[in-house]
Amino acid sequence: MNHTGGYVADPRIRAIEWLPWAIALLCYFVAPTYLPLGSYVLTMIIFALSLDLILGYGGIITLGHSAYFGTGAYAAGILAARLTGEPLIGLLAGTLAAGLLGLITGLIILRTRGLALLMLTLAITSLCFEVANKATSWTGGADGLGGFTIQPILGLFKFDFLGKTAYVYCLVVLFACWWLVRRLVYSPFGASLTGVRENNVRMHAAGAPVYRRLVIAYTISAALAGLAGALLTQTTQFVGLKVLGFELSGELMVMLILGGFGRIYGAFVGPLVFLVAQDYLAKQFPEYWYFGIGAMLVLVVMFARGGILGIIDAIIARLRRTQS
Amino acid sequence: MQDFLSSLVSVAFHGLAYGMILYVISVGLSVTMGLMGFVNLAHGVFAMAGGYVMLSAMNSYGVSFPIAVATAFIAVAVASMVLERLLYSRLYTAGELDQVLFTIGLIFMSVAIARLVYGTLPQPVRLPDYLTGQLHFLGRDFPAYRVFLILFSISIIGLLWFGVERTRWGAMVRAAVDYRAMAQSVGINTSRLFTLTFALGSGLAALGGALGAEIIAIQPTYPFEHLVFFLIVVAVGGLGSLRGPFVAALLIGVTDTACKYWVPEFGAFFIFSVTIAVLLWRPEGLFGRAA
Repeated sequence: MNHTGGYVADPRIRAIEWLPWAIALLCYFVAPTYLPLGSYVLTMIIFALSLDLILGYGGIITLGHSAYFGTGAYAAGILAARLTGEPLIGLLAGTLAAGLLGLITGLIILRTRGLALLMLTLAITSLCFEVANKATSWTGGADGLGGFTIQPILGLFKFDFLGKTAYVYCLVVLFACWWLVRRLVYSPFGASLTGVRENNVRMHAAGAPVYRRLVIAYTISAALAGLAGALLTQTTQFVGLKVLGFELSGELMVMLILGGFGRIYGAFVGPLVFLVAQDYLAKQFPEYWYFGIGAMLVLVVMFARGGILGIIDAIIARLRRTQS
Repeated sequence: MQDFLSSLVSVAFHGLAYGMILYVISVGLSVTMGLMGFVNLAHGVFAMAGGYVMLSAMNSYGVSFPIAVATAFIAVAVASMVLERLLYSRLYTAGELDQVLFTIGLIFMSVAIARLVYGTLPQPVRLPDYLTGQLHFLGRDFPAYRVFLILFSISIIGLLWFGVERTRWGAMVRAAVDYRAMAQSVGINTSRLFTLTFALGSGLAALGGALGAEIIAIQPTYPFEHLVFFLIVVAVGGLGSLRGPFVAALLIGVTDTACKYWVPEFGAFFIFSVTIAVLLWRPEGLFGRAA
């Protein structure tokens, strides 16, 4: 499998890496009616980035990443409903709650591998789902948690009906997350993480603290997922049980695979393509939409393991070859 | 006291029926995972397909119940054989991630097809008259359908165990699970063996899905919703064993029924906690061999 991510000699930001931000800013001015969808895409990009960190770089296969997204979402929602609707404190609460859960569960489950690890991630998500489903006085159960208000950001920017504030808010938070993940991935820590993915046994033999590295990566990833969850709560002012569901974990994985994993920008392309396509197709042809996702996954696994960005890479490589 | 005793019997009885169905559905998964190390998350698809085939045969073509169940078994076994040769076999050497993604893709596709053909509502099950009544023994009433389920599952399990422990085919399967390279080098055609075993496992899943249609409702979300339980049976029981998943399935069946009956506010909480505890204590499952 080709991975372009990992340690590189020159981690300076290349010109093309500003492209996503230019597009995001352009969208703000060109497509004002699509800003709520845009905010959702930006939120899911953060979520996909967090998964990329452990799946694409750390090689940990998880079916339960929505546990942390949901924890962050509920933490921010409960805080807003019970204590304060201050958005930045809500973000912090979501991040910390999910990070803490990630640390505790990571310490436990990362001792195992293979089927047991897969099963444990699934069991933890199912457990969180049951808790949220049954603790109705806190979470609203199956009806969801709503009816709270989020205060203006920094006391200045009020959330408006058009979703302008929410969009910019998501964009700024995403920028911070991108910067953090990029720094991590290009650091020696990121390099050793990639090493664990590529050859676990050899990293042990080389004396690297594999388990500790994985737990740290898992905790950071969980915290980022919680941040994304909190962001979703604040921009939609509602939390439903879906945020903890296995379907969300599955869809997230589809988005990341579609974009291409282990390369940061796959987490940008995947959710964008997936969610925009979903917005157009899912309401009109839900059956065909789900069939399409499934078929796409099978095709990606069989023929295009690098996702969309992998295909683009291959095309560019071929063009260069024919020119020279 | 009398009330408690009768509810105890009732919980044990319903739990047993549920556990048996879980086992018949999941045992194929245990064998295929143990044999080829293939993470097949789409196993529930075969169970759902079995349920739909049976229901279609009965509701649309007026076929009798036993023939409809047999049709489900044969149709799904043949279809899975085709699927195995065309797609699964290409991924035996691929990484775990590829297998997980591929089988999740299969789930999505099957859910879509089921919705397209049958709609989103659970399908009604019309049992034949001889299975709808109550049976009396030891001064109690037992629903005939569940008694039939338990007895039928026991005979299937007996046949399966006889097949694996006493026949030439079973010996080859056990040899391949133990040490595939060695089995190959003594002349066992492991790839054909696996195709047949895969078909048998999928057929059994279809059988379980069809027979258990009244306990586990047949609807498009089936492969997603019950995946956790099928996987728990296999992971807790241990890969490649027949006994482990049997114990795990019965445990889950009885515990789940008991929790729903006495402490519904806990839901499936207890099962997930026990699963996590067991996997931490023995990552290879209760009866699995240490890797």
